[in-house]
Amino acid sequence: MTSRNSSKEKSIGVVGMGSFGTAIANILAEKSKVIAFARRSEVVDEINHKHQVEGLPIHPGIVGTFDPEFLCNSCDIIFFMVPSAAFQEVIRSFSPYLYPYHLVIHGTKGLCLDLPEGQTLEDVGKITRENILTMSEVILKETVAIRVGCLAGPNLARELYEGQPAATVVASKYNEVILEGQRLLRTDKFQVYGNSDIVGVELSGVLKNIIAIAAGALAGMGLGENAKGLLISRGMVELVYLGNALGGSVKSFIGLAGIGDLVATCNSTLSRNFTVGYRLAKGEKLEDIQASMEEVAEGINTIRLMKAFVEGTGMRAPITENLYKVLFEDLKIEEALQYLMKYPFSVDVDFL
Amino acid sequence: MSEGYIKHQYEPILPQKDEWPVVKLSKNRKEFVRQVAEASKKAILEITGNNVDLLKEELETTLYREKLRMKQNPWAVDPDDEKDFWRKVKLVLVQTSSDSALTKTQKKKKYHEILEDITMRYAEEIASNFIHTHYKVTRRIVTFGFARLLNAARVKGIKSLFSNQYTLQDKIQIVGETDQIRELASKGTIVMVPTHFSNLDSILIGWIISVLGLPPFIYGAGLNLFNIGIFAYFMNALGAYKVDRRKKNLLYLETLKTYSSEAIQAGVHSLFFPGGTRSRSGMIEKKLKLGLLSTAVEAQRANYQKAKNDAGGKVFIVPVTINYHFVLEAPSLIQEYLTMTGQERYYAERDEFSTSYKISKFLVKFFTKGSDISVTIGKAMDVLGNYVDNAGNSFDRHGRKINTRDYFISNGAVTVDTQREEEYTNHLGRRIVEEFHLNNRVFSSHLVAFTAFQMIKQDNKKLDLYNLLRLPEEDIFIVYVEFREACQMVLDKIFELEAEGRLQVAPHLRQDIDSIISHGLDNVGMYHAKRPLIKNKNGNIETQDLSVLYFYHNRLIGYDLEKLF
Repeated sequence: MTSRNSSKEKSIGVVGMGSFGTAIANILAEKSKVIAFARRSEVVDEINHKHQVEGLPIHPGIVGTFDPEFLCNSCDIIFFMVPSAAFQEVIRSFSPYLYPYHLVIHGTKGLCLDLPEGQTLEDVGKITRENILTMSEVILKETVAIRVGCLAGPNLARELYEGQPAATVVASKYNEVILEGQRLLRTDKFQVYGNSDIVGVELSGVLKNIIAIAAGALAGMGLGENAKGLLISRGMVELVYLGNALGGSVKSFIGLAGIGDLVATCNSTLSRNFTVGYRLAKGEKLEDIQASMEEVAEGINTIRLMKAFVEGTGMRAPITENLYKVLFEDLKIEEALQYLMKYPFSVDVDFL
Repeated sequence: MSEGYIKHQYEPILPQKDEWPVVKLSKNRKEFVRQVAEASKKAILEITGNNVDLLKEELETTLYREKLRMKQNPWAVDPDDEKDFWRKVKLVLVQTSSDSALTKTQKKKKYHEILEDITMRYAEEIASNFIHTHYKVTRRIVTFGFARLLNAARVKGIKSLFSNQYTLQDKIQIVGETDQIRELASKGTIVMVPTHFSNLDSILIGWIISVLGLPPFIYGAGLNLFNIGIFAYFMNALGAYKVDRRKKNLLYLETLKTYSSEAIQAGVHSLFFPGGTRSRSGMIEKKLKLGLLSTAVEAQRANYQKAKNDAGGKVFIVPVTINYHFVLEAPSLIQEYLTMTGQERYYAERDEFSTSYKISKFLVKFFTKGSDISVTIGKAMDVLGNYVDNAGNSFDRHGRKINTRDYFISNGAVTVDTQREEEYTNHLGRRIVEEFHLNNRVFSSHLVAFTAFQMIKQDNKKLDLYNLLRLPEEDIFIVYVEFREACQMVLDKIFELEAEGRLQVAPHLRQDIDSIISHGLDNVGMYHAKRPLIKNKNGNIETQDLSVLYFYHNRLIGYDLEKLF
């Protein structure tokens, strides 16, 4: 067994020091001792010797490590803040050191495809809910931790880092996790809401990336605010339908993690998803865009998964389907827009 | 004898009856009842947040509902002094609330006293009356009686009249983790959770427990069963405590849960039917009643709080799947299921086992015609649904040894968090359902019923379930050749699922397909007046009762076999 001292002064773990992870580590460090995990030893050195990440100063109390075992032994509460593409792999590397007493909160917006050994999305074509894992479901599947939560909301990392006012949602089935999250994160400039519908909150964070790509495309075509308003509201409807089909509740989608995040993302020119849409509208090819981006825009993966999911259910998701054609089937973005303008939306909102 | 099944003579794990937890409990019955009443009172005060007005409201609600119950739904088993008791409660309640001379503290004290009276009465009513001599007699009657009836049918010579247990095991096959449950029962506390299809289950499980050499378990049995003299005797003898489904008030439910939790903490092996009532649809339970299940989680946490950290303080959940070819109550169960629109409260309790005569008639029929039963003892789990080994250690899905206590720890100490335990109970419920499906043993009768019903559905694609079931039976027939082909297809899939470890297959499914079909047709609902499936003069397949066919078909729901059609 691990050594557990009963002192209340245990450190809080943060895994992944990308922009969001660093921002959260800084907020946590205001109240607690923080141990941060990074895979690259240069980053760990930078944290420990210069109190910096990628040249940006961080809270001097943050200690860096590249040893998962050390982090898990030192911390009862661990925040996983890693990109979705690497999420499963990172969780697997931590799995041997996680115990049932650990509280795990993640801040990753993404979906993971879970197919039988040796099969790919191309082989199966259609997928069902069982083949899609949210990040909390990845944690539950790969580890023995059960008290799991997620962070979601309009959390543009740069603004958080700069200490601008913001809010987040801690979602978990366990009140205990929500309360701990609030206790650790809440500051004068950072409000923390609780929500028990963890899957709904995770899904709103994921699905809004689809709409973010569309928002980028509208901006790239030089269209105005009316068009953006149209997109946000139709995007919201689509988000609710997809989210419901995947097991989230409407309430979560119209909350901070849903509409709050959607509005923030659609207006932010900084997000990767927005950039993909923008450059597509400017006439670039997807491969070229991806080749020049450091990290994958999660929205692209989400569109692929959602398109395969929608085909299995028989429901329609016009924005997702058209974006899929634009991304993977050479549909011109103008034509996709034309199609959306002609799509027979009979009612405005019919889920409330 | 069927392969994969070995008859066993199990030695009792605790030969001395004084070592039996349930005997210890019954010796200290008075003390235990008081302890339960006290703990229930504490729990209710906690729920009402120590708020006198809330407590008063709960007391009044309880009184009101009890009065209504006595008027609308009295049972033979109800005690004679019931009316007096509640009249007295009413009197004190009215006096206390109207007496302006009393101070707040005095009033509070009065309400606490009423609460104490009620929880004490409930605890006394719920508590089992285990009497060892009755237990011994009952065990003999059940074993010997069952065996005698059986031998009458199988005529194995005069000698076999006296070899009871072994012969009975020909008919009732006990498979699965029998050694593990024996090991664990001698270390910690077992909570057995079986599937529930028939009123026979209670007696069957009691017999299984004794065959396995385990000391008797306590279990909750519906109070309505105590209405019948002979059942009451059996139930009491087998250690049943009473569950009155008419009483839905907070005070009763808390006392019931506390009784269960305290008994588990006292190391008494316990048994719930987690589906609550018998499965009316014939499907394996999907949604469990979590009330009693939560007491297992609670008891486990309480043991850790008392620093019982070794296997001795551990609660082991053992799912048990029972399979029949035939359920006596099937026709009425499925009718109830079909007329029920999800509002469980609104159907009247009916009992097919309403007289001793009916029961005896059923038993004779049951044992004079051959109809197998299998009881699969599942792998034991901890209260979070992790498998445990024979020493009682828990392992996670990756085979890593873990400590169940860690689930109850925050900031380094075991803490009480009811919301957390509620989620754990949900989780455990899901795990039990999974295990039920894995341990389900497919019989030939399930196979033919499933296939036939799916083929009929396929032929009438446009009808919804209710319209389908209204089809005139005489218009339905399935050509044997097609039926045979479809059975083979389903069977192949079943073997595939078996290879993946997702269900189990009875040995008689390893014959050629015609023999399997014929075995299935002979057995499916064999004692019903209207047979769910028969072969007609032309050799084709017909049904005499589509609803009952649907019932037996439902046993194979949950494996996506429908997709084959």
